[in-house]
Amino acid sequence: MKVICRCLDVTEDEVLAAIRQGATTIDEIRRLVRAGMGSCQGRTCRRLVSQIISRELKTPAAEIYPPTFRPPNRPVSFSLINAELERHEDEES
Amino acid sequence: MKTRFDAIIIGGGILGVSTAYELAKAGMTNVCVLERHYLASGSTGRCGGGFRQQWSTETNTRLAMDSVARLEMIEEELGYRTEFFQGGYLILAHSEEEEKQFAKNVEMQRRLGLNVEIVDPVEAKKIVPFLNTELIKKATWCPKDGHINPFLLTQAYANAARRLGVEIHLWTNVTGLMKKSNTFFVMTDKGVHYEAPLLFNCAGGFSRTIGNMLNVEIPVDPYRHEILVTEPVERLWNPMVISFSVGLYARQEMSGGVVMGMGDPNEPVGTYVGSSMHFMYEMSKRFTRLFPKLDKLRIVRQWAGLYEMTADAQPILGPIDEIDNFYQACGFSGHGLMLAPAVSQLLANMAVHGKKSEVIDSLSVKRLYALKDVVREKSVV
Repeated sequence: MKVICRCLDVTEDEVLAAIRQGATTIDEIRRLVRAGMGSCQGRTCRRLVSQIISRELKTPAAEIYPPTFRPPNRPVSFSLINAELERHEDEES
Repeated sequence: MKTRFDAIIIGGGILGVSTAYELAKAGMTNVCVLERHYLASGSTGRCGGGFRQQWSTETNTRLAMDSVARLEMIEEELGYRTEFFQGGYLILAHSEEEEKQFAKNVEMQRRLGLNVEIVDPVEAKKIVPFLNTELIKKATWCPKDGHINPFLLTQAYANAARRLGVEIHLWTNVTGLMKKSNTFFVMTDKGVHYEAPLLFNCAGGFSRTIGNMLNVEIPVDPYRHEILVTEPVERLWNPMVISFSVGLYARQEMSGGVVMGMGDPNEPVGTYVGSSMHFMYEMSKRFTRLFPKLDKLRIVRQWAGLYEMTADAQPILGPIDEIDNFYQACGFSGHGLMLAPAVSQLLANMAVHGKKSEVIDSLSVKRLYALKDVVREKSVV
């Protein structure tokens, strides 16, 4: 059993199951089996998933529809964001 | 490749695939769904995933009750796990005005047979710990509401529809429409032309564009609606929490992350779905006001989707007068996922068996052309 997404313990079998249901992009696999939805946001598994799609569908990796990158870059707490907002407001006043 | 069908559905969101499935189940299996990107890539896949029966209008409440009854057995019927979970909905009242409105809503909902009650702040805190009870006066609580995973529900319907013979063509963008002697001709960016005597508009935020292609006005305006999710944590609470005054909703997914979103009245009309820093600041402020103890939770991801608004925040359903056999299922104003199971069934029965439905008649697009006696749905975030 190969683990593909180590944040959320998604295995290669699960990724293959998603491809069997018609998924052809990294985003679809992310939505169906959650590979890449953990705290690292797919930094590790994005490339692995891409390789699996490329292998299974016999398309070059460069032709696979690119996934969406979403903010924030790394996990941030609400308190940190609130503090940042206060700092901005102080600077403006 | 087959291009002639008995019905073509534009849009591969929850409305599109559930309608396709219900059509096939009612006996019309020669159906094709056209989707611009992949399944649930639009509003469906970006939504909060809740389903509730607590509405301010009778039509919505009835539709939602039928939907939930259907959702309760959907996993069994479609043979797919959807993370369906009846964790309830807790709607918070912050002012006396809201209290009065909610009392009215609850009275109507109970008359329709819904198990819903008004609870005081202490009981509310038992249901949702961490809640800042100083802010709330009362809350309404329905334990049979809940949430579901939108991607999985869409996939469940799609798989079941395919098994019945429905074709789903992904990465196919509709670029033009024409009607000639009772046949719709559908032009796509793939260069393939499709033909069908029956056409469904399930294009969500792009429904107006689809209507324009046939020279009819479908008064649906898309607005961006942003949402975020935190890292997975241990179970905090089960229900979806909504506050119309603070302007947010929050639920904990089965996987542990807390999903929350808010409406922004300053949002312009448009189909832009990028993320903004403004949302992160505002959401964080509102969330920590309602849940001060949870300010150490970390946000892992934010995104946005489209609310397809109509003037009265209720959907546009059924056939239109100008063009025969052109059915609408759009303008759900942010509540397509929770109404789709009932709506798709009604539409399919109407299209295949000619069965009339009062609900669909009352939600015909005509009411928006008249725009005088519109009763706006008040329970919208």
